Amino acid sequence: MQRIGVFICWCGSNISATVDVVKVAEIMKSEPGVVYSANYQYMCSENGQQLIKQAIKEHNLTGIVIGSCSPRMHEATFRKAAEAAGLNPYMVEVANIREHCSWIHKDMDEATEKAVILVRTAIAKVKLNAPLMAGESPVAKRALVIGGGIAGIQAALDIADAGFEVDIVEKNATIGGRMAQLDKTFPTLDCSACILTPKMVDCAQHEKIDILSYSEVEEVKGFVGNFSVKIRRKARFVDETKCTGCKLCMEKCPSKKGLNEFNMGLNTRPAIYIPFAQAIPNVAVIDPTQCIKMKTGKCGICQKFCGVGAIDYEQKDSFIERQYGAIVVATGFKPIELTAFNEYGYEENKDVITSLELERLMNAAGPTGGVLLRPSDNEHPKIITFIQCVGSRDTSGCGKPYCSKICCMYTAKHAMLIREKYPDTQVNVFYIDVRTPGKNYDEFFRRAVEQYGVNYIKGMVGKVYNENGKLMVQGSNLIDNEQVTIESDLVVLAAAIEPEPSVRKVATLLTASIDTNNFLTESHAKLRPVESPTAGVYLAGVCQGPKDIPETVSQASACAAKVIGLLVKDKLKTNPCVATPDENMCNGCSQCANVCAYGAITYVDKEFRLGGGKTEIRRVASVNPAVCQGCGACTVTCPSGAMDLKGFSSKQIMSEVEAICKK
Amino acid sequence: MKDVEMKMLERAKQLLESGEVARVIGWKKGEFFYDPTPASFETVDELKDFVYDWFCGANLSKYLIQMSKKEGKTAVFLKPCDTYSFNQLVKEHRIKRENVYVIAVECLAKLNIEAIKEKTDGIVKSVDVEDKDVKVVTTNGEYTLYKPEVVLSKCAVCNKTHQAKDEEIILHERPERDVNRFEEVEKLEAMTEDERFAFWKGQLSKCIRCNACRNVCPACSCVKCVFDNPHSGIAAKANDSEFEEQLFHVIRAFHVAGRCTDCGECSRVCPQHIPLHLLNRKFIKDIDGLYGEFQAGETDEGKTPLTSYTEGDIEPKDVFNGEAK
Repeated sequence: MQRIGVFICWCGSNISATVDVVKVAEIMKSEPGVVYSANYQYMCSENGQQLIKQAIKEHNLTGIVIGSCSPRMHEATFRKAAEAAGLNPYMVEVANIREHCSWIHKDMDEATEKAVILVRTAIAKVKLNAPLMAGESPVAKRALVIGGGIAGIQAALDIADAGFEVDIVEKNATIGGRMAQLDKTFPTLDCSACILTPKMVDCAQHEKIDILSYSEVEEVKGFVGNFSVKIRRKARFVDETKCTGCKLCMEKCPSKKGLNEFNMGLNTRPAIYIPFAQAIPNVAVIDPTQCIKMKTGKCGICQKFCGVGAIDYEQKDSFIERQYGAIVVATGFKPIELTAFNEYGYEENKDVITSLELERLMNAAGPTGGVLLRPSDNEHPKIITFIQCVGSRDTSGCGKPYCSKICCMYTAKHAMLIREKYPDTQVNVFYIDVRTPGKNYDEFFRRAVEQYGVNYIKGMVGKVYNENGKLMVQGSNLIDNEQVTIESDLVVLAAAIEPEPSVRKVATLLTASIDTNNFLTESHAKLRPVESPTAGVYLAGVCQGPKDIPETVSQASACAAKVIGLLVKDKLKTNPCVATPDENMCNGCSQCANVCAYGAITYVDKEFRLGGGKTEIRRVASVNPAVCQGCGACTVTCPSGAMDLKGFSSKQIMSEVEAICKK
Repeated sequence: MKDVEMKMLERAKQLLESGEVARVIGWKKGEFFYDPTPASFETVDELKDFVYDWFCGANLSKYLIQMSKKEGKTAVFLKPCDTYSFNQLVKEHRIKRENVYVIAVECLAKLNIEAIKEKTDGIVKSVDVEDKDVKVVTTNGEYTLYKPEVVLSKCAVCNKTHQAKDEEIILHERPERDVNRFEEVEKLEAMTEDERFAFWKGQLSKCIRCNACRNVCPACSCVKCVFDNPHSGIAAKANDSEFEEQLFHVIRAFHVAGRCTDCGECSRVCPQHIPLHLLNRKFIKDIDGLYGEFQAGETDEGKTPLTSYTEGDIEPKDVFNGEAK
């Protein structure tokens, strides 16, 4: 005989303001199987939990239902309370009468009626619950960081400093990421390379860090504590163990027409190259689309000159497979393509550039050696106009609906640096709003306006066009309520940033959720901001949302703390809510294995009795409970209904549906 | 057709006599000349009832689930459309391919006796085919019918070719033709929701739940069907009410979605003449539209659109908004 206890939480006024909690608790008293029903102001409080524990003991409860907030908040709390009172923790069900009910309804009668239905539904389910026991799985004491920008570097350093092995997988030939391309950094104006490169060197020298540059994640299997990752080491056609980084090959290479990616294509590089002076690893890579030897079979000059015999035109992609306990995703961002923004004339005019291109034009290692010259004629631009929010905060559908967050500050930085270095230059900035939240940020922006006399114009730009070799920027000045046209020598577009497109593949491999803008979703926007909903996967940097360097570094360190917290454990408790096949019904058709994202399903040949002394050998599914994550994809794919999920059986779900539909 | 039958019979004899196979799956004479029945022949003697004619529409591939588990090899005659079901079952590990010897046989469409009876008077005594003419002799006279009008509905839009074979017996090549198997589905799609609901309600209410469609369907080969399983929670429900009765077919269509090869057996065997194949064909058309053209059973391996994910897969929101590619 089932003895169910029901506990309705007020959540202060969060629930009780819209749901008549006393009435709900009262109605539940007469539900079949319910022997105890109570309401309390804060069920999650020490006193509330005490109430639950006492009731379990006094009334010999076999299962309990808590009508409260989302199970994501307090399911673990209530399970622990039940366990402390001697009840199996999986005999607890939470009816979400806050997020699913009180918060979204205004009418008390309606909300109360719905709360009653939701609690009844949970009662219907708990009646079919079975006690479950969590298993254990070991933890591989190594972390994988995907992306070698500042986020990945910081996370790797922190994890390695705690004594754990870390691999950084970077798809480019060097680590460093976007930050390596920046000239100065706000709000302190220190040189980006000066603060980044020591960290890159730390990574290279750290005995616990293995940098796998020019590599990509190819396949991910397993689960938290036990990821098995296949990594593609792309052929760089240079033996990493031999190359000394002497750059002689770069000098001798006759093919020098490849666009220099590091300089945003503003100049060219040889077919064999090291991306920049401080690259790590300091090893060359051959671009097969530019290499004459690889295109025509004739040349081989670099091979002749290489003193250590590092050049290998025949090199092929290779694969390594390693085990990891945790994975940090730090895949970063890129500026959006500006093809949808013809009005700014980016495609037609060489002197309309993006802010990242300006970074390179102002950098000592850039194409102009740090002298600000405009691309069209290498002249000093005298009037520079910045346009903010190019594709950011754009609800027209051409750009991105979100604020890219960094543009206001870097534009203030650019404006200030230009006015400092070239005081005869006029600098205009068209803006919608200037957003400067952050320590010393507003002070920084005010310096640009007050000390450096940057001309900020509130208003958007309608178009940029070329008139007699001059760039005309036509926009509105909302403060003076007039249309303005500003003749400019250089126009700089603050292009919106978007997640690096390869993040979609990474998210798919990791089964990590992604939002409509391709940002990875965190587990909880406020309380679990660096954890992905996929256990053991953590998020650092812009892959999770637009952010600047200080925020990225904090988030990376937060990720590291989470990873360290995971890797110090020897064993993890596994989720007992796993799939299990009814072998008598299993067809062995492999559909479940096809949809299993974790590789938890294999097949075995088993002998079955047919009656009359006859037997038959059939191929049936077998689930590895340590690998199964309980996602349930197999249960809905199985045509015969042989696959079921413990704790979420088809029967339980159908009984919930029935409870909802019952009048 | 007689020449093909002779050739098949000859091959069956050879295979059984030489001991290369332990049995041959084909068709044998039925009660009437127009209802040949699938049969397993284990001796040359049994082959005296062997038949292959214009009425051998039955898909033999499903029998191989059991037969391929038996001792010795099983030879089977498969028409083009049957080979798709065969491949699909091999892919789902239901047929042991190594235990089967596939003889691909020609098919120039199969006749629908119901249609012939409808177009003639009296008891049908004999049917003969000459190119596009179907000569029918009944107790009341002689008739010449136009063949495309009296073939099985699955044959009317068939353009299938053999996808699996160990050898073939093809004496007459079927000409390539231009057919659109989705024409009927398009008509249904053009209806308003109410019209379509009324259409299916009318059709499905004819169902007598004889389970013929399920029993003949090569994709419906579960060890235990959910509708027969008292623990599934839906076994008794399917005939709970008129509405749920109709849902039997809808649930069945969902269960075979992405696996149905469009062999058309469901409609062929339905004693109530419900166009069940249209439910499956609608799924096939949608899958083609959403994931690119896909024909289940074209191969016996590889991924299928409904049980695999690729980065290029359509986003659910686009499906919802009707922006299928």
